[in-house]
Amino acid sequence: MRVALTLIKLLLGGFGLSVVGAFIWLAVTLLKIVWVSIVQWRDLFSIDRWTEVLVTIGRSKLRTALTMISVSWGIFVLVALLGLGNGLDNGMRQNFARDATNGVWISANKTSVAYGGYDVGRRLSFENADYQRAKKVPGIEYMAGQHFIGGQRWGSSLVTKHGAKANSFELAAVHQDAIRLTAHAVVQGRFLTAADTMQHRKSAVIGQTVAQFLFEGANSVGEWIEIGSVPFQVVGVFTDPGGAEEERKIYIPVSTAQLAFNGGEKLGLLEFTVGQASPEDTQKIIDQITGQLAERYSFDPSDRQAVRVQNNIEQFDRFRKLFWMISAFIVVIGLGTLAAGVVGVSNIMMIAVKERTKEIGVRKALGATPNSIVFMIIQEAVFLTGVAGLLGLAAGVGASELIGYLNLTDFIANPSIDIKVGVGAAVFLVIAGALAGYFPARAAARVNPITALRDQ
Amino acid sequence: MLRLTKVNKYYQVGTHSLHVLRDIDFEVSDGEFVAIMGASGSGKSTLLNILGILDDYDSGEYWLGDTLIRKLSESKAASYRNKFIGFVFQSFNLLPFKTALENVALPLYYQGITRRKRNQIAAQYLDRVGLRDWADHLPSEMSGGQKQRVAIARALIGKPRLILADEPTGALDSETSGQIMDLLSEIHQTGITVLVVTHDQEVAARTQRTIRLRDGKVVGAHEASASNPGMAAAT
Repeated sequence: MRVALTLIKLLLGGFGLSVVGAFIWLAVTLLKIVWVSIVQWRDLFSIDRWTEVLVTIGRSKLRTALTMISVSWGIFVLVALLGLGNGLDNGMRQNFARDATNGVWISANKTSVAYGGYDVGRRLSFENADYQRAKKVPGIEYMAGQHFIGGQRWGSSLVTKHGAKANSFELAAVHQDAIRLTAHAVVQGRFLTAADTMQHRKSAVIGQTVAQFLFEGANSVGEWIEIGSVPFQVVGVFTDPGGAEEERKIYIPVSTAQLAFNGGEKLGLLEFTVGQASPEDTQKIIDQITGQLAERYSFDPSDRQAVRVQNNIEQFDRFRKLFWMISAFIVVIGLGTLAAGVVGVSNIMMIAVKERTKEIGVRKALGATPNSIVFMIIQEAVFLTGVAGLLGLAAGVGASELIGYLNLTDFIANPSIDIKVGVGAAVFLVIAGALAGYFPARAAARVNPITALRDQ
Repeated sequence: MLRLTKVNKYYQVGTHSLHVLRDIDFEVSDGEFVAIMGASGSGKSTLLNILGILDDYDSGEYWLGDTLIRKLSESKAASYRNKFIGFVFQSFNLLPFKTALENVALPLYYQGITRRKRNQIAAQYLDRVGLRDWADHLPSEMSGGQKQRVAIARALIGKPRLILADEPTGALDSETSGQIMDLLSEIHQTGITVLVVTHDQEVAARTQRTIRLRDGKVVGAHEASASNPGMAAAT
């Protein structure tokens, strides 16, 4: 009852000064517990005491088990959910790691509003000049344009051949800085350069998967491949943390593709990074570029369909906030469950103290000091919560490892628990157990040996 | 050994206070074997609690040896109890989950004596009350007389100067009662002061002196030779 009241006081502490009061009270209580532990340190290493603790706990097995379950469950929920939260966070980061987290993609699309004398539904396309102009917008870090070969983003109708090996891969005709918007790492040779574009070189940078397929492990850099019957020389090979799917790509210079595949000056996509710009500044840059494009191609600047904008920063930020909220929610629920468990332990100890009034009376008559009685009960409470909590902790870690092992979805990656969280939980359990034991312990220390021993 | 002068004790019952002990005055010398008698409600339990430093009193003085027992802190009281006094209760009050040996050793635990040494000493005391072979038995496996012997061994192990026995034979048949009183007499003969609270005339008869309480007052202290002929028979 006392614990419940105190907890309510703690919770309602928001009204005025009682928050400060509650913290002072908590600190004082903890100091008292520490003091008792220092005075009674000997009991910590006493075989008799631990035997007693086990015997007392074992005397009401069902009650002990039920209480332990509530603490275990609290810790389990907290740890498993924290693990899951970690997993979601990792999953999000991994998803975003495929592309630059500060990247923006603007692609040409269809108008949805009639504007400047043009009808609705006009298909738009950018040109090399748009790339040159957008590149000068202040705040842009790296920029690249992409030509859609045959009007298709990945030019997938083109077959790539080397000797007898042929397949269609994702084909991207880009400026050299396109690599800045990916997580690609060049492992052999080099990526495209400005010179490749300027001189319309037939250079190709291929992904690991492509290299494996076409060259079957043999050296590929310097070799020639055929893309849609046009020969290109492999100048580099890249890998990507996103895995094999991301390594199925071939990059060729945008100018070469325009020339070789009848592309004229057309660009389908402008992509750029914005350095450390905030989501607000990024939006300004985007507005400026779409403004330029709207003027050039006579579409309504407020037409959201005319050009499609994919803004990683904003999305990343939104996800981060969402995940932060989910984690906060999870922690609150977990702590609530745990608090219920701890109050349960406190209650069970209170009942135990009532039942053991006589035993405590005998101990006092035989010379047990109040401190020794207090510490005995606290020791039991800490032991109960500790064991129950560690079981819950183990189960929680196990559960999150299992989720990680089963690899259920892309959204959850590596849902492991930080060692810090584990240690923190253990420390928290000891403190919670000590607090749970403190009130029953005080009740025990107040037992009057006279009444206890009289009571037949 | 112990001296009470003008000890008064009140209990607060609702709005009015109950005067349980009125100007209690008596003295017990070193090595005496004394009975405190009185009907229920006479205040003898309260007196026992004060003598056993389990309760405080409101006015007067209680000297135990040359220590004034008055308004002690809980830990001080605990340490005096542990050092000076051995308790024997009517209902034995052994801890049910501890063996006879562990029960006897318990006071030494609170003195901070190591487990090995505790158990060694406890074995000696169990031997002394004739229960050497019962060391590993739980109280539930023993008879009332045996339990009381264990309790007496436990009272003795701290080498107290005073044994306080509260109705030590109250739960025992007359034959066992006789044996327990024999044991208490033996203890008395080793020089330890023994105080027995009882309402049993036969038990009181085996002590040297009886202090009678009525309505919270001492009504008469008699010499063993005059009113306790049983003592002469026992020795």
